[in-house]
Amino acid sequence: MIDTLMLSRIQFAANISFHILFPMITIAMCWFLVYFKIRLHTSGDPVWMRAYRFWVKVFALTFAIGVVSGITMSFQFGTNWPGYMETVGNIAGPLLGYEVLTAFFLEATFLGIMLFGMDRISPRLHTFATMIVALGTTTSAFWILALNSWMQTPSGFEMRDGVAFPVDWMEIIFNPSLPYRFAHTLIASGLTASFLICGLSAYRILKGDSKRAPLLTLKTAICVAAILTPLQVFVGDLHGLNTLEHQPQKIAAMEGVWETQKGAPLLLFALPDEKTRSNHFEIPVPKLASLILTHDSEGEIKGLNEFKNEHPPVAPLFFGFRIMVGIGMLMLLLSWTGVWQLIRRKSVNTLTLKAFLVMTFSGWIATLAGWYVTEIGRQPYLVSGILRTSDAVTTVPASSVTISLTLYLLVYTGLLIAYLHTLFLMARRAVEIEEISPQEQHNSTSNFPLHSSPMNLSPLLAKEPTS
Amino acid sequence: MMDTTWLHVFFGGLMALAILIYAILDGYDLGVGILMPRGNIQQRDQMIASIGPFWDANETWLVLAVGILLIAFPDAYNLVLKELYLPATILLIGLIMRGVAFDFRAKVSLDNKNTWDNIFKIGSLVSALAQGYMLGQYVIGFDSSWTSQGFSVLSAICVAAAYSYIGAAWLVMKTEGELQKQAASWARRCGWVTFLGVASVSIVNPIINPSVFQKWFDFPTALLLFHIPLISIALFVTNDQILKRIPLEKDFGCWIPFLGVVGIFFICFQGLAYSFYPYVVPGKLTMMEAASATESLEFIFIGTAIVVPIILCYTALSYRVFWGKATELKYY
Repeated sequence: MIDTLMLSRIQFAANISFHILFPMITIAMCWFLVYFKIRLHTSGDPVWMRAYRFWVKVFALTFAIGVVSGITMSFQFGTNWPGYMETVGNIAGPLLGYEVLTAFFLEATFLGIMLFGMDRISPRLHTFATMIVALGTTTSAFWILALNSWMQTPSGFEMRDGVAFPVDWMEIIFNPSLPYRFAHTLIASGLTASFLICGLSAYRILKGDSKRAPLLTLKTAICVAAILTPLQVFVGDLHGLNTLEHQPQKIAAMEGVWETQKGAPLLLFALPDEKTRSNHFEIPVPKLASLILTHDSEGEIKGLNEFKNEHPPVAPLFFGFRIMVGIGMLMLLLSWTGVWQLIRRKSVNTLTLKAFLVMTFSGWIATLAGWYVTEIGRQPYLVSGILRTSDAVTTVPASSVTISLTLYLLVYTGLLIAYLHTLFLMARRAVEIEEISPQEQHNSTSNFPLHSSPMNLSPLLAKEPTS
Repeated sequence: MMDTTWLHVFFGGLMALAILIYAILDGYDLGVGILMPRGNIQQRDQMIASIGPFWDANETWLVLAVGILLIAFPDAYNLVLKELYLPATILLIGLIMRGVAFDFRAKVSLDNKNTWDNIFKIGSLVSALAQGYMLGQYVIGFDSSWTSQGFSVLSAICVAAAYSYIGAAWLVMKTEGELQKQAASWARRCGWVTFLGVASVSIVNPIINPSVFQKWFDFPTALLLFHIPLISIALFVTNDQILKRIPLEKDFGCWIPFLGVVGIFFICFQGLAYSFYPYVVPGKLTMMEAASATESLEFIFIGTAIVVPIILCYTALSYRVFWGKATELKYY
């Protein structure tokens, strides 16, 4: 029988893993929508409106699932982790409160105007509303990452009778790991959204969609991805250095380093074994880990044995980190291939389109792998050095948690299937129909053809334009 | 030590306000969900269109209410959610299902649309019942005896009826033609169920809660409370008379029933709040006992004082943008 602690951990992991999938898309996608709207204003080309119109539907669906799965989170702390609020509630509470006050209401209210108000307000005001929603989602990410970072690298507080009290709010909010985590997560969101846009646009084109909009969104997202991937490598490196400074045990687990050593190798593969406290089947690259982490090939890396009983489980971190980096490398390769083809031929060939389709949800996998590394990497603590996870758990009987966990898992599985199914259904429908509002037909000038010239799409044009 | 009672009272009041606004706003959109007719897809589209731009922001008031409980009264937050573990889970699942159904229905084929509409209806009903049950358990002090369970079930039905009542009144205001007439008849029926529910809760509550009895029947203060039952009865009756005559000439006063129900919500809430002040968990924890650190309350007070008025302003703006009868819901 699994106990309440383990069940609660699984439930929290399930809830937050499911939830994060959706904000990771919407945070950045809303800025894409703002960009489409601004291009519409500056160029007057209605194709930007059609790009907006397709992606705003994807955005609305994604956002809705993100909102409702997020409400669950605000109850979870109380239902399953009462010790969390008892010990650090004085700090966590206000940060969550500011998220609700400055972000949730803003995004929810203006989302209504953005989705349904286009006929009722001026186009520029509508673009403004879209921008407010984007600002809201990004602000929300800021506050929740401030709290998460504080749990990783707490500062600006003092302990009195086992309870944390705030001393300096600026230090609490801008704690040591926040800038890196915030940047790393925002860029990850950018990549998740970019690859989703690339993937679904590629799918439309592969299904014979010869309209201009999918190619345009594909091009836009490829360019964004090509810029963000190297940037993410750079920021990720900085984040790693920050972690080495504040949470060396996490780095040791990620790198599979058991004994403190100088000139540590980078392990491309290994099977870490906590019983023998060593690795099997190592494939090392000499001195590379030290070089990356300390920027000195003879730099010292602290091993796991220095943190006996105080370090996280090794295997999930070791593999999670490699999955994240591996996907990052694939993203770099694919986005640059795309850009190179766009420059040379002004189009993307079928093989590359298929590769983008395969990578549609690669951002999700990389994000989850990365979050598992950082969250499991904080164990056995819930708040580093202050509160152990096992001390925070509820006294609710295991049977109740089993019921709730089962319900959540059923609902989440169903929703995930419905979500994926609906995205591709919407894409297939968009291949058939191009929605043009009467107003747009009236306004659009003949300067802008509804369809691309064949030259642009030579390898892709299979079907006659549909409207 | 500095006197910080005002901070506790401020956050207690703000939480009460958030709960009241939540009950009114999400109340009407949950109610519209509960009322969705199985057979008539066109009416369902109209009904959904009337709540489309608002439901998301409406639900945020629940997050704010729970948020304030968590920030200002962490001990009460832990206690309440531990005691209400399973009902809270069911509430959340209900809210998840209806929230996503709302969006999925617009994007799938006709067959699936019916399925998602059913999910929307059931999800709305389950959420309303779960909230009513939680309210009943909360009022009674988390007791699992048969009488308490019965009271909680009564409370669940009462809340679901009240939400349907305000939902129907919302439809009277936001729609026209056949649906408006239909909504008026729904509103009358739900109105009477709500009235019976409120009346029985008002009678049962002081009987099983001695402290509540004392507060309500302690002369002469009880005389000052006399307006509460009087006004609510007057509102129920007036509303029923107006609803009977819907649609009036030139749709005159289609908004009056909605305002009437808001008045009833307000009065009932006032009655509940009076019964339990200064307890944040009835009979168990007062606001002062459950409050968090002063430093934290002061920090969030600044933000609240600035941001809440702004939230109210742009909420009003959103209602202004979508003023008048609901039009077809278009996604762009």
